[in-house]
Amino acid sequence: MKNVVQIKEVNSPIKNRREFLKISGLTVLSTGLFLTGCSNDNELGLANNTNSLTSKYGQGHFPGTKDGVFDLGAGDLGVLTYAYALEQLEADFYTRVVNASGFTSNFTAEDQQVLVDLYHHEVIHREFFKTALTGALPNPKHQLLPHLEFNYGSLNFNSRTDVLATAKALEDTGVAAYNGAGRLITNPDYLLLAGKIVSVEARHASAIRSLINPNSKDFAGDDVVDTTTGLDVKKNPSEVIAIASGFIATTFTALYLP
Amino acid sequence: MNILKFIASFANEDLMQSQGSRRDSLGKISQLGKNLTLASIPFGLSSLTNVAYGKIKPTPSNPIGALQLALTLEYLEKEYYIMGLESGVIPTGGRDEKVFMQISAHETDHVTFLINGLGGVGSPNFVEKPTFDFTVGGAFHPFNDYPTFLALAQAFEDTGVRAYKGQATNLISAPDLLTAALQIHSVEARHASEVRRLRGLKGWITLNQRGAGMPEATQAVYNGEENTNQAGYNTSTLFGVEAGSESYDEPLTTDQAVAIAGLFIV
Repeated sequence: MKNVVQIKEVNSPIKNRREFLKISGLTVLSTGLFLTGCSNDNELGLANNTNSLTSKYGQGHFPGTKDGVFDLGAGDLGVLTYAYALEQLEADFYTRVVNASGFTSNFTAEDQQVLVDLYHHEVIHREFFKTALTGALPNPKHQLLPHLEFNYGSLNFNSRTDVLATAKALEDTGVAAYNGAGRLITNPDYLLLAGKIVSVEARHASAIRSLINPNSKDFAGDDVVDTTTGLDVKKNPSEVIAIASGFIATTFTALYLP
Repeated sequence: MNILKFIASFANEDLMQSQGSRRDSLGKISQLGKNLTLASIPFGLSSLTNVAYGKIKPTPSNPIGALQLALTLEYLEKEYYIMGLESGVIPTGGRDEKVFMQISAHETDHVTFLINGLGGVGSPNFVEKPTFDFTVGGAFHPFNDYPTFLALAQAFEDTGVRAYKGQATNLISAPDLLTAALQIHSVEARHASEVRRLRGLKGWITLNQRGAGMPEATQAVYNGEENTNQAGYNTSTLFGVEAGSESYDEPLTTDQAVAIAGLFIV
């Protein structure tokens, strides 16, 4: 099964979430909006009452719970839901960073300023996607990606080295994700919004890299910018989800994204 | 009056084809006084109705046009950094030199990449490199004064970020070109962040602030960045207008980007 985030430790809140997802999945089924288990768009059986939605949003899979697991969906709304998942991860990470007990003692003043800004920006991005998707999804009650749970394993939030290295990975991944997802978006307004965010993610990546190794070219290092073309990294959702899944404790799938 | 809108009002084809060089017009303005700030130039031009505002035209709203505008902006950046590195204005042996050597290498790569993307120098879609005047008729001295060099570098990188963003929708019908443009766009943003940080600023743009030490003439690069309304979501709600504006970069239209670049084109 492609693009499946492997569930990690299933702790109590996640059990509850899985229960919730199961219930909401049944609810979705009962509304007739979805048939689960479709393997391609042609098999998606949209009920009569969704014909108008089909004409408005196009044939395809909306985000939502299928077979008890949330799937990010297809098309523009699927891409936005995917971005929402990534922004949830980034926002959660920086929330933990700035609230760690040793934040003010383990990080330089410059580090703190950057990390607090990143915390603000990523939380804003997350809440933006939540609001935008709630407005754009035909049935947000069942189609809005739920709050995801994250698990950082042995990451020490009081270690400057650990935090900055993780921030670098997250920001670089965010840049690659938006760069790879742009071509999947058909609505020009959504494409522009993604463009407005990705350059801020790139500014973040550069700053974090500069904090880690200031006296260098790492801000736009040869590990991320091709030395022949001068192009930054791009990644498909399946590649990005494989990377991010190390931190994501809530099961979801992205069966209809490349 | 919004300077950007005003400049954009000059950036139409008829004016581009009108006679008289921008250098001449700037010369006339400079006679008004040595201490004239560059901010006055766009206003000053309002009285010079027959002035050609740089010898580039707004590009068409299609994939080829997007690449043509991008190529012109990359020509500008490539030449600027090569001249900067050759002039000796950049302190050698330390961080600054490493940074600008890396940026210069990327901009040179971008020029080559975009020329190839347009079909090569023999293609009918190819656009020639304009003649640049980074002193803007003698008003700036970026190759003799390092703070000025840094400030203009910031303006060029932030312009690049906004200009590429503004072309994204023109590339929506050409997915491979769109992807490549996005991959350049994020590199420009990485550059912008680092140059801003070299100037002691945040890597991201707060409101429409151009930052201390930045000539007022570059305000057009920053106008509009103060936006806190994203598809109806108020980004200032949670942490205030500064964080809200920082968390999104705004696009420049073709006309706006052409007008800004035109300041530096003879």
